[in-house]
Amino acid sequence: MPEMTYLEAIRQALWQEMKRDERVFLLGEDIGVYGGAFGLTHGMLDEFGPERVRETPISEATIVATAVGASLLGMRPVAEIMFMDFVLLALDQIANQAAKMRFMFGGRTSVPIVVRMPGGSGTGAASQHSQSLESILMHFPGLKVVNPSTPYDAKGLMLAAIRDPNPVCFVEHKVLYKTKGEVPEDDYTIPIGVAEVKRAGRDITVVANNIMVMKTLHIAERLAQDGIEVEVIDPRTLLPLDTETIINSVTKTGRLLVVHEACQTGGWAGEVIASVVGSPAFDYLDTPVRRLGGRDIPIPYNRGLEKFAIPQDADIEAEIRMMVSGKV
Amino acid sequence: MAKPKVKEINTQADFDERVRRLELSDETLIGLYRTMCTVRHFEYTADRLYAAGKVHGTMHLSAGQEAVAAGTRLALQPDDYLINHHRGHGHFIAKGADVNLMMAEFLGKDTGFNHGRGGSMHIADFQSNNLGANGIVGGGIPQAVGVGLALQMQRRKEICVCIFGDGASNEGVFHEALNMASLWKLPILYICENNKYGMSMDVERVVAKLPIAQRAEAYGIPWSTVDGNAVVEVYEAIKEAADHVRAGNGPYFVEALTYRYFGHSKSDRNLYRSKEEIEDWKQNRDPIMRFTKHLLQAEVFNEEQAQEVDAQAEQVILKAVEFAEASPEPDLSTLMDYIYA
Repeated sequence: MPEMTYLEAIRQALWQEMKRDERVFLLGEDIGVYGGAFGLTHGMLDEFGPERVRETPISEATIVATAVGASLLGMRPVAEIMFMDFVLLALDQIANQAAKMRFMFGGRTSVPIVVRMPGGSGTGAASQHSQSLESILMHFPGLKVVNPSTPYDAKGLMLAAIRDPNPVCFVEHKVLYKTKGEVPEDDYTIPIGVAEVKRAGRDITVVANNIMVMKTLHIAERLAQDGIEVEVIDPRTLLPLDTETIINSVTKTGRLLVVHEACQTGGWAGEVIASVVGSPAFDYLDTPVRRLGGRDIPIPYNRGLEKFAIPQDADIEAEIRMMVSGKV
Repeated sequence: MAKPKVKEINTQADFDERVRRLELSDETLIGLYRTMCTVRHFEYTADRLYAAGKVHGTMHLSAGQEAVAAGTRLALQPDDYLINHHRGHGHFIAKGADVNLMMAEFLGKDTGFNHGRGGSMHIADFQSNNLGANGIVGGGIPQAVGVGLALQMQRRKEICVCIFGDGASNEGVFHEALNMASLWKLPILYICENNKYGMSMDVERVVAKLPIAQRAEAYGIPWSTVDGNAVVEVYEAIKEAADHVRAGNGPYFVEALTYRYFGHSKSDRNLYRSKEEIEDWKQNRDPIMRFTKHLLQAEVFNEEQAQEVDAQAEQVILKAVEFAEASPEPDLSTLMDYIYA
């Protein structure tokens, strides 16, 4: 199986789907000659032309609204928001419009759009280009929120997202763009709303998303040498959230830690924890459930400060060791 | 660029000349009159139903603005797409929406256009390319860019008509959207229905430079203003604009100056305008009254025939109320329906 980066996997999904379905088109800022701020759409203008790789003014709200309007006439637009932070400029169109149109109109239409948005810190881009805002997007019924952590998942979820009849926010992570993994050339989809156990283990369930999946898997290997077996679950989709997979895991391990980069307060960990403690898995808990989110601060610019604004390997490891030892 | 001056009151001679030039048949003129009467009866009936405690939610009535709806519709093709604003009953009726389903939606019934999920503010009829009204002021203006883009990409002949109020022209997306529509030469007809007030704010207090339509010039979009209470003038202005758009020349912007009789929404004590002002519009500039006078003088119909059309329009609305009142409420078991496709 060929190896490629997370970024290349997403590009391949877009490329293949545009070849397969002429209704699909891209729109966003600097996605043509420039190839997008991160180069994700590099080469696509030459292949598909300016009508289907449509470069827009810096007008995030209207970029999303254009996708919404076009989808009502049967198109399958994929809009790019250059940095996830800018999605806040388009939130009316996502939350008040796309998410609610099917419902408000009594099921008589649907809004099949994908809004891509790279989030996350780690690039020195400071407070307005580094946020992880996926938790906010989970609060709008009618939306789907997808958040892949591997190149394989990124391609399969992107193909699923474009084919989904609902509005999908496709949350990417800038630091993951260069990570590599095996990705089949073929057309395949990963079902939206299905979590994956990335590593099986008996002692503790750690639920994590995007870069925290990689970090936790790495730590899990180290802890295994000390006899601690960590089960790592990647929800892959945050809305709808696959609570069943998580509850089953906690029923087995008796311990739950949720790790994310997003600010801890109001972060999606709270949603996972509430789902678990309100389920029969509660009776199987050996320790209090815990969460490890980003600090409740804007992301700082300075390298050292930026790094410590979000959970580090040592934090995750210490948390797991504490919980497994029962000294919470 | 065309910048016709708005004449406050047109004369009979103007009217007759225009009707001749535009080749409007008596049947067409009576059709316009019927549409306007139907809208007015719908709005006054809605107000009565509300006063009688039969309406759960809010409403934004367009009485006084009927000529914009009727004149616009006549200038369009049946398949043209419509994106509408929250004060949208008139435009829906003019576009041919089934008033039974509209009234049922207004009363929150399962038989309504939206199965009672949307109410007055979100009526849509996708079968007639009516893409719905928007509860967010200006929310539909950028969506029209997407509709126009899809029409262009699909090489279709229909155009997208996007109607919004004076207040919406101060939203940021208004400016984003006009810029993009013009850049891409999209088949969009933007119609600003300026009824003088955004909720309570007089347009002169919130728009730095009037007319609103001249904002289009900044984006290279041709524009015009029209007396929105003169239905044939509205038709002429919209027809000219629609022909421009349909010919592939890109968007056009028309501002129709009109006036709403009811308050902004269900409860409004009109603290921001005088009774005299409201009465002046009703007595001297009412679109139905003016049109009726013209038609009588032109002998398109007589008093008796005029009353008959009006009575028929009223019957259509009363039947719609009967239909709506007899319709079932949505079953509570369907609460979670229609969220995801």
